[in-house]
Amino acid sequence: MKILVLLRQVPDLVEDLEVDDSGKALDVSEIKFKLNEYDEHALEEAILLKERGEADEVVALTQEGEGSEKVLYTALAKGATLAKSIAISGEASDSAQFAKLMAEAAKAEGGDMIMVGVQSVDDRDGQLAPIVAASLDMPCISAVTGVKVSGNTASIFKEYSGGIMAEFEADLPAVIGIQAAEQPPRYAPVSKIKQIQDSAEIGSLSASSSNGASSIEVLALAPPPKGEGAKMLDSGKDLLDVLKDLGVA
Amino acid sequence: MSEHKYQDSVQLEQVIVDGMDISGHWNKMFVPRALTQFDISGLEQLRDIPGAESINNCYQCAKCVGSCPVEYVGSYGPRKIYRKLQIGTNLIEDDYLWLCTTCKNCVRVCPKEVNMGEIIPAAREKAVLGGFIPDEIQEMLQSVSEYGNPMGESARKRAKWTKPIKDSIKNLAKAEEGESVDVLWFVGDFYAYHGRGNDAALAMVNVFNRLGVDFGILGEAEKTDGDSQRLVGESGLFEDLANHNDALFEKFPHKDLVVNDPHAYNAIKKFYPGITGNTRNVTHYTQFLSSRLDELKALMTKSFDKKVTFHDPCYLGRHNDEYNAPRELINSIPGATFIEMPRHKEQSYCCGGGGGGMWLDGLVANYTSERLSTNRVREAVETGAEVLLVCCPYEVSRFEDAVKAVNAEGKLEVMDIVEVINACIPEG
Ligand code: SF4
Ligand code: SF4
Repeated sequence: MKILVLLRQVPDLVEDLEVDDSGKALDVSEIKFKLNEYDEHALEEAILLKERGEADEVVALTQEGEGSEKVLYTALAKGATLAKSIAISGEASDSAQFAKLMAEAAKAEGGDMIMVGVQSVDDRDGQLAPIVAASLDMPCISAVTGVKVSGNTASIFKEYSGGIMAEFEADLPAVIGIQAAEQPPRYAPVSKIKQIQDSAEIGSLSASSSNGASSIEVLALAPPPKGEGAKMLDSGKDLLDVLKDLGVA
Repeated sequence: MSEHKYQDSVQLEQVIVDGMDISGHWNKMFVPRALTQFDISGLEQLRDIPGAESINNCYQCAKCVGSCPVEYVGSYGPRKIYRKLQIGTNLIEDDYLWLCTTCKNCVRVCPKEVNMGEIIPAAREKAVLGGFIPDEIQEMLQSVSEYGNPMGESARKRAKWTKPIKDSIKNLAKAEEGESVDVLWFVGDFYAYHGRGNDAALAMVNVFNRLGVDFGILGEAEKTDGDSQRLVGESGLFEDLANHNDALFEKFPHKDLVVNDPHAYNAIKKFYPGITGNTRNVTHYTQFLSSRLDELKALMTKSFDKKVTFHDPCYLGRHNDEYNAPRELINSIPGATFIEMPRHKEQSYCCGGGGGGMWLDGLVANYTSERLSTNRVREAVETGAEVLLVCCPYEVSRFEDAVKAVNAEGKLEVMDIVEVINACIPEG
């Protein structure tokens, strides 16, 4: 059983994000990138499956670029068996294009299960898992909080709002969008990462954007408008006054 | 499980010696004692770790137990740790490993030189490599490796606190190599990012300026000193931090390297040289200011008419033997009456924040009846003091929380010594 985990670097929201001069994109020169939090959970879940003996291989994949080596060495230090960076020719200008490129790389690598974080700060609608699955003609289950594998089938636990849980069974290969791993993502000690850097090799894959121009055009990008702020009330009477003024009490 | 040496002894139904029947009834003395049946491989593994060997010296005299601050609010101390090891605990995988604050009070009294200040970080290093890390510590380590500070704040905002006083401070973060200052001031995480730390940092700037000190800060380039990361066993990260900060110390020539955090003082003085090969002239701010006491006294003309007491930080006191510098400063505060707490100087009670304790409140709460800082603040309140003075940036927030926990709000204020000094210097 071979699991591929797709790792994405996303803008770190600890920094203030700025819109660039075009008014249509983020100013990436000022941005610090970090590994998408949900992807860390996807990696953790995959490593847990390997540790439980339900998977043999965990391959960490990420787009080649600044910081990608660090992401991959860290994944190896945590327990991934192999790491490869994906060289992308051309540019993925929307999340659908990006997903198709990832699908292309995943197909080239080959695996029984593809795990990705359910969403990311730049993919709030969680498109990666479904589009990868559609491109590869595989089943997809997203917002997953637990996976068990036996033979060629996976039992998958999914969370719905309101605290409802569902259990699915899927034939492999399948694409899974992880919402949370069964335990918090582990920490990779610096000395372990250094050791890996000296001993492990990072492989490479490539994907080319052959799907033409994006069908989405960004018209403008701006921070949300500031509201007028909240007013703190001192007493119930103040509240009543406000409601009376509004004509609702 | 070890074989008992009497296990193979001969058992006879009846024994007659010189015609006398001395057969006894069977009783439990004939079977090996339970003590010999425990798995002590955990103890064996621990004492084999370089740095942790002294755990093996313990002869269970219990002198340490009464001195351990965790024992005051729970059940702990080296004797109890050793006992647990004897009866089969593997400390590396046990929560017990994380209760020690490395305050070193036990080291002071142990006749057998069992050194928890060395045992604990060595054992935790093994735990960290094996993946046995409490969630709270994991989160802290992640933040430090990502941002260079344990709060997970943006590294770029490390000098944001200087905004209101930009013109009265030299930020060397973007300066050319070789730019020199008399005093290189290592500001530290809590002064840089914590609201109450900011107050103390601003006070420090004013005191420096009023003394006419030529000083500079490392601003956005500075990273956490790493001592707490070393003490929770992340030695690789500590090494990176030591190299990073020391390269900055090298880059900007200076006479004194002043720190406000005793943990930074400890790390830079005792542990950076082993990694970088460089020794720095590092002083704690209480030492630096007490060396300028005459000038300082001349400036401190406003009276601070309050009863004050003082908490010795473990890493300035017991770890580095500095008890006088803060007291010299406190005794020069005009108008203040200084009352010592019963547990002071060498016997000072730990605030609970050292050795990673700052990030272990959740885990420690499962084993203690109250926070160590709460216990300490109770003691401060009992002295009748109106102000609890501190000179470690961890403590302001810890003790302010504790003041609320013991309902002493309005009765006891927590202040950094430098805040009081600054309050005594009239504007001018
Ligand atoms: S004081 Fe030293 S020898 Fe005595 S019980 Fe404690 S650790 Fe053991
Ligand atoms: S170092 Fe302090 S907290 Fe740790 S065992 Fe000794 S006395 Fe207790």
